[in-house]
Amino acid sequence: MSQPAIIIRDLVKNFGERRALDGLHLQIQPGEIFSILGPNGGGKSTLFRILSTLLEPDAGSAEILGYHVLEDSAAVRARLGVVFQSPSLDPKLSVEENLRCGGALYGLRGKELRLRIRAAAAALELTERLSDLVEHLSGGLQRRAEIAKCLLTSPEIFILDEPSTGLDPAARLDLWATLEKLRQEKKVTILYTTHLMEEAARADRVAIISAGKLVALGTPAELTSSLRGDVLSLSTASGADQLAKKLSEQYGIPAFVIEGEIRIEHDQAYTLAARIAADFPNTITGLRIASPTLEDVFVARTGSLFGEEKLEPQPLQKK
Amino acid sequence: MKKCTTLLWTPLLALWWRDIIRFLRQRNRIIGALATPLVFWLLVGSGFGPSFYQKGSAATESYLVYFFPGILLLIMLFTAIFSTISVIEDRREGFLQGALVAPLSPVVIPLSKFLGGTTLALLQALFFCLLAPLAGIHLGAVQLLLLLPALLLAGFSMTGLGFLVAWPMDSTQGFHAIMNIFLMPLWMMSGALFPMPEGSGWLYLVGRFNPVSYCVSAIRDALMMGRAATSLTDYYISLLITALFGAATLAMSFYLVAHPKKK
Repeated sequence: MSQPAIIIRDLVKNFGERRALDGLHLQIQPGEIFSILGPNGGGKSTLFRILSTLLEPDAGSAEILGYHVLEDSAAVRARLGVVFQSPSLDPKLSVEENLRCGGALYGLRGKELRLRIRAAAAALELTERLSDLVEHLSGGLQRRAEIAKCLLTSPEIFILDEPSTGLDPAARLDLWATLEKLRQEKKVTILYTTHLMEEAARADRVAIISAGKLVALGTPAELTSSLRGDVLSLSTASGADQLAKKLSEQYGIPAFVIEGEIRIEHDQAYTLAARIAADFPNTITGLRIASPTLEDVFVARTGSLFGEEKLEPQPLQKK
Repeated sequence: MKKCTTLLWTPLLALWWRDIIRFLRQRNRIIGALATPLVFWLLVGSGFGPSFYQKGSAATESYLVYFFPGILLLIMLFTAIFSTISVIEDRREGFLQGALVAPLSPVVIPLSKFLGGTTLALLQALFFCLLAPLAGIHLGAVQLLLLLPALLLAGFSMTGLGFLVAWPMDSTQGFHAIMNIFLMPLWMMSGALFPMPEGSGWLYLVGRFNPVSYCVSAIRDALMMGRAATSLTDYYISLLITALFGAATLAMSFYLVAHPKKK
């Protein structure tokens, strides 16, 4: 296998008492579309800021195309296309002026810059909008202009922070088509962070992170099939904890209570559901069986519901 | 492994150009920076005029004339403030992030703001100078020759002050607070609004140690060709102190940008 495009080794970052990254370890292969999925406050943005050379980690290291993000930050910056959550475009300038300015920041100028602007605008179907002021563009077009700006420098790696934030469904589809096209035509590596399951599932591989730690890694299919079968969710009117305990004892299977709901992974969820209904009459108020999603993977690996990440400080381990 | 050098000139020019375009597209900024001092000059100048008396002078200089250099500096201070406030907007809107992840020399961002602010301040001040004859100030070639370096250096210093205040700020509200309790008093205590008293009182000391006093003095000396009744010191010394002041704000800005707060 060729050298990984991004290597993340044991990254640690603390903000005061809070540990945002806790020994994160990852490798991303060239040409891969890779998503970092996690709840808000789970450490995604911290990782993004470290990779984009804006933040120093407290420990560990990150390498991009063999360059260290801290020591060779200029080399990393020259090879990286960074798409921020809030577009880094000047709303008072036209699309073309923004592209010109963006290209100049990477040392491009003159005819070379003009040619690249034309090519990037054509690739993202922005040619007609070049003279429009950015503040007059829709969110989707702004995101496209932002990507066009990054394309000017032909980066080998794109990193995007929550790229679909603020986009309507049509613009989201458009964004994914654009990224897929970029990967096919330019052979770029794409890494993005997201807190949306369906968005994470579009990647070749997904890393789920929670509380700054890697909790699962694999293709979306691998991750969901790592669960034993289907996921059975039960609601009860009286004491979910006691019922979960009884179910565990009676059937010898793990049952989690999350937000008052009992969750059981089982390869024969339908049969189990029927048995439970028969064995515990008048106790079950709701019952749902579904194929596992990335959310179930998250629940199974962390024991907590997605989106319920605790934001209060986690005590640091005293050495 | 191939090392990558950081870039200086192309990005510097691009960011400078952007600041100018951005300014020209925001009419309210032009009006804010020019009209406010103009109104201020006319109202305060006309109101104070009759009661204005300068010690030691034969009262030949009217208050509108006395106030003119101070107003020029106020225009530059306002322009510089509006132009450096864009640092805060850039941070909020995300434009700054794009510049921070580009392979730039660390001096590019502050230097581009200094150049942009100075250019705009200088242009606005020169524009206002067209009104000088109305106040009875004759602007000949010699005055203009003396005035240009004074305005240039004063504009640079005002932008520097603005940048130092704006860079660490998260909100424009915070900037306005600092402007009112720090930047405006600095201007008021510079001999711009009234002659600073002689002797050894606190006001005298504030005036002497206030670098802005030397900006005003250099502009005043240039306009009056050394005949100003309230000149602080020699024109060239004022110019030198203004230049040193500007250089100090630039050095501090470089330091601030190169040593970000670890948040």
